[in-house]
Amino acid sequence: MKKKESTFWNMLWSLTLITAVAGGLLGYTNQLTEEPIARAAKASREKAIQQVIPAYDNSPIDEQLTYTVHNEYGETTATIYPAKKGGKLAGAAVECSNNTGYGGEIRIIVGFEADGTIKDFQVLKHQETPGLGAKMGDWFRTDKNKQSIIGKSPATTNFHVTKDSGDIDAITAATITSRAFLAAVRTAYAAYTESLKGGDHE
Amino acid sequence: MLTYVSIFITAIFVNNIVLSQFLGICPFLGVSKRIDSALGMGAAVTFVMTLSTIVTYLLQTYLLMPLGLDYMQTIVFILVIAALVQLLEIIIKKIAPALYQALGVFLPLITTNCTILGVALIVIQKDMSLLEATVYAISTALGFTLALVLFAGMREQMSLSRIPKAMQGTPIALVTAGLLAMAFMGFSGIKIG
Amino acid sequence: MNKTKILLNGLIKENPTFVLLLGMCPTLGTTTSAMGGLGMGLSTLFVLICSNVVISMVKNLIPDKVRIPAYIVIIATFVTILQLCMQAYLPDLYATLGLFIPLIVVNCILLGRAEAFAAKHTPGESFFDGLGIGLGFTIALTLLGCVREFLGTGHIFGFPIYPEEYGSLIFILAPGAFIALGFLIAIIHTFKTR
Repeated sequence: MKKKESTFWNMLWSLTLITAVAGGLLGYTNQLTEEPIARAAKASREKAIQQVIPAYDNSPIDEQLTYTVHNEYGETTATIYPAKKGGKLAGAAVECSNNTGYGGEIRIIVGFEADGTIKDFQVLKHQETPGLGAKMGDWFRTDKNKQSIIGKSPATTNFHVTKDSGDIDAITAATITSRAFLAAVRTAYAAYTESLKGGDHE
Repeated sequence: MLTYVSIFITAIFVNNIVLSQFLGICPFLGVSKRIDSALGMGAAVTFVMTLSTIVTYLLQTYLLMPLGLDYMQTIVFILVIAALVQLLEIIIKKIAPALYQALGVFLPLITTNCTILGVALIVIQKDMSLLEATVYAISTALGFTLALVLFAGMREQMSLSRIPKAMQGTPIALVTAGLLAMAFMGFSGIKIG
Repeated sequence: MNKTKILLNGLIKENPTFVLLLGMCPTLGTTTSAMGGLGMGLSTLFVLICSNVVISMVKNLIPDKVRIPAYIVIIATFVTILQLCMQAYLPDLYATLGLFIPLIVVNCILLGRAEAFAAKHTPGESFFDGLGIGLGFTIALTLLGCVREFLGTGHIFGFPIYPEEYGSLIFILAPGAFIALGFLIAIIHTFKTR
C-alpha cells in the first residue's frame, strides 16, 4: 500500500479515525473495568477494616457514617465503620487524613475498641520519604520505648510526640511525619467519641 | 496568602521536581551542558507549563468531570499539551521573532518533557484550586530552571577537569546530579505556615 | 531481518537505559525497590509492544505531517487501558507506581521506537523490537532496583540479606538514585570497552 499524501483531508480523516477508535476502545475498557475497580477498592477497604477492629457480625461498610471534625487543622471529614456483635457496638474503624505530612496527605484507618483503646491501625495512603517517614506503619506498632500506639487510648495517653511534651516517640529523623500521623489519630478519636455520643452526622 | 508562599517555596526547594520527584530528567541531562541554553529551556518550560496547567485544569473541571470521561484524561491532556506547544511556536514566531530566536529550538522538545504532563496530573490529584494550581505550576517550573542552571554551571566547570575514563560522560553527570540532590535535601523540613 | 538479532539489539546493543539513556524519569523514580523496578519495566514492555505493533500496522494510513500526534494518541490509548486494568486487578502495584503509569505516555522510549523502528518495519519485526527494548528496559530497572534496595535496606525483592540497620538509607532517597545509576553505567561501559 502506498503512503497517504499529507493533504488536508487525508490528515483530517486519519486523525479523526484514530481518535474515534481510541475513544471507543477506551470507553469499552472503562465499562469492563469499572466494576472490578469498584470491587477492588471495596475489597481493600474491607480487608483494612477487618485487620483493625474487633470481631463483628454486621457489615461495617454498609453502616458507615461520616463526621466532620473541627480542630487546629481546619475541617476534616472522617468515615466511621461501626463494628457490632450481636447488635451491640464492639468498636469501630475510623478512616481520616491529615494534610501536614512531609509529602502532603497521610490517610489512615484506626480501629478502636468500644472503650476507645486502639486495637490496630493501617496507613492507607501517604507520600512520605521512603526509609524515613514511610516507616510509620511499622514504627507505631513496635513495642519499644514509647513508640507503639497499640493498646493505648487517646483519652488517657497524650497523643503528641515527646518533643512536643506528648507520650509517643517520634520516628527518628521524621518528626513532621510523626506529628501529622498522630494528628490524624487524634482526629479519628475525636470522630469516634462524637459518634458514641450519637452526635450529628451527615 | 501564606498557602501560596508555602506552595511556592515547597515546589522550588523542598520538593524540587527534578531532584526529588524525578520528573524532567531527560532535559535535565540533555540541555545542561551550557548555562545559556539551560536558561532558555527553563524559560520555555515555565511558559508552557503555566499555560498548559491552566488549560488542562479547566478542561478537567468543566468538560471531563461533568461528562464522566475521567478515563480520557491522559489522552486529552497530552493532546492539549502537544497542540499548545505547536500553537505557541507559531504565535511566538509571528509576534515576537526575538523571543522565538531564544526559545524556538526548545519548544518542540517540550511535548515529551514529562514535567508538563506530570504537573497537569499532580494538580488534579491533589485537588488544588485554579489559583493554587497556577502558583504550583509557575513555582515548579522555576524549580526546574533553578536545578537546570545550577547543574549546567557545574558541568561547565567539570569539562575542565580530569575524570577517570570509565566515569566520563553520563556517569559523572549522574553522580554530580546526585550530589546536587543531596544538597537540596538540606531544604527538607522547611515548613511555612 | 533476523528476529533474534532484533531482540538482542534491544536487550544489549541498544539497551534503552544503559546505552541510549532514554526514559530516565521512571528509571530513577520507581526503583526504590526491585519490585517497583520490575513492575514499571513490565508495564512499559506491555505498552511498547502494543504501540509498536499497531503503529507498524497503520503506518501507511497516516500522512507524514500528522504522524507524531497520531502516534501519541495510539500510545496514550494503550497507557490508559493499562492504567484501568491495573487499578482493577493490581491495585497495590498501581498505588506504588502512581503517577509514573500515566507518564509512560511521555517516555521517550515509546515515541522513539515508533519513529525509529515501527514506522519502517513490519508488525512482526516491530513486535520483536518492542519485546527486546522492553525487556532491556525491564532488566535495567530491576537491576537498579535490586542494587538500591540491597544497599539501602539490605533486602532484595523483600527478602532480607543483611540487617536493615546497616543499610545506607541514601540509596533509597533521591541522591542515591542518581549515584547508583551513574556507577552502574560506568561499570557497564568498562565491560563493553574491554
